[in-house]
Amino acid sequence: MSVDDFVSHAASKWLSEDGPESDIVISSRIRIARNVTDQAFPMLSSDEDKNRLIDAVERATQSEEAKAIGRFEMLRLETLSPIDRMVLVEKHLISPALIQVQGGAVLLRDDEEIAIMVNEEDHLRMQCLLPGYQLDEAYRLADRMDDLFEETLDFAFDEQKGYLTACPTNLGTGMRASVMLHLPALVWTEQINRILSAITHVGLTVRGIYGEGSDALGNLFQVSNQVTMGQSEEEILGNLHSVVRQIIEHERKARSFILQEARTRVEDRVCRSYGILAYARQIDSKESLQRLSDVRLGLDMGIIDGVSASILKELMVATQPGFLQKHNGHEMGPAERDARRASLIRERLRQQH
Amino acid sequence: MLCEECGKNPATVHYTEIVQGQKTEYHLCESCAQEKGVAAYEALAGPFSINQLLSGLLNFDPLVKQRMEMPKSECPNCGFTFQQFKQIGRFGCPQCYETFDPALDSLLKKIQSSDQHVGKVPKRSGGVVALRRQLDDLRQELQERIREEKYEEAARLRDRIRDLERQIKA
Ligand SMILES: [Zn+2]
Ligand SMILES: [Zn+2]
Repeated sequence: MSVDDFVSHAASKWLSEDGPESDIVISSRIRIARNVTDQAFPMLSSDEDKNRLIDAVERATQSEEAKAIGRFEMLRLETLSPIDRMVLVEKHLISPALIQVQGGAVLLRDDEEIAIMVNEEDHLRMQCLLPGYQLDEAYRLADRMDDLFEETLDFAFDEQKGYLTACPTNLGTGMRASVMLHLPALVWTEQINRILSAITHVGLTVRGIYGEGSDALGNLFQVSNQVTMGQSEEEILGNLHSVVRQIIEHERKARSFILQEARTRVEDRVCRSYGILAYARQIDSKESLQRLSDVRLGLDMGIIDGVSASILKELMVATQPGFLQKHNGHEMGPAERDARRASLIRERLRQQH
Repeated sequence: MLCEECGKNPATVHYTEIVQGQKTEYHLCESCAQEKGVAAYEALAGPFSINQLLSGLLNFDPLVKQRMEMPKSECPNCGFTFQQFKQIGRFGCPQCYETFDPALDSLLKKIQSSDQHVGKVPKRSGGVVALRRQLDDLRQELQERIREEKYEEAARLRDRIRDLERQIKA
């Protein structure tokens, strides 16, 4: 693997493959924050400490146990071009904050399902990101990575406060579990705000991936646990599961409702959006996200076929500014990007047939 | 407030970044934030970085403020002060938690559902913690058995508790 392999393809495994319940659940993710005892948090640690940590993390991937988990590559952010860094952000492999810090690095498994940021806000932030509804699988993988690093690194841990993190909002388990959901029918039937506000009453948070509430672009929402302390990992996951299952059920009901009550309107919107994506010569990222959501809904509801299901996911990333520029090999202004975005979508849809 | 980047649209995305202890605030419109990849990421990352929220809480909630009066100096390990924590909502090193512990209880109860960790314990360094947790469970069970007058089971539990206590001491 090289840097280019990681940045030139939109298709991380979480993007290119479907998982369980993938008509509604786009991806499942676990993030775990850990810190070592013998260094200040990255905000205050020296360059020397940061390098030592990167080396120690890299060494931990040489063990037999690590090789059983997969092949890893360490990317130091300062060795990457600005566009390459942006692409890693758009693929959700690193945070924008990692780009801003000195001495940041990311350890990636070759399929990109595991991404471990080093020297971001915490010493380690491990992410496991799987396609579809695979929350428990993602946790098992993250837990295994945690155990692997714990063999050689001394993690800061307190009996009462749990794993110590730079920000007290992550204390305890240091874990954020989240699920990305595609909820077009709940938005269509205007039930979404009621459901979203109900969610916040049970210790979870929900956000639009691009934009808030019923204005969430692409009808994509992320549900995650709010607190990290006072609940075990199992309780956090159990709570999230029970809510996500209910949301899935509501979305399914809403889909069959709109199909029954407003079939022609749904078909018209899906096909209209498909037409625009297939023929437009200029499209901004906001419109493309919305149209891609419509097409994906049409596909999942059996209104259209002949398009791959992963199209929404893949194009969602591939039409973001950094990725577009990478694909095109140079920096572009908004107008050029909109034209380039439209042609990329046209090509991609044509390849489907 | 207008977006700092384009100066045209209203700024709806606000966040704070801290680089090398240097705090920078950003106020962007949705589209400029997306250009920067920030909005998308922040949304996906969920509440992982709600530092600005936290420092807001620390500084503006009179209840928290009152309970957190903390004349205490600085962390002996990293030199970080409580004043700095109140500004940026993050600590300097793991030892800061010990240094500023007395001021944290009310804050933790506010931002977390409890101030007691009940989840995973590290295998290597958490050995004794894990045993102690097991011990707590057994003691509780013992009380229940005694209440139920199941003395045979209680006796067995008492033996296991003694074993564990010996292990922890060793
Ligand atoms: Zn702007
Ligand atoms: Zn400190």
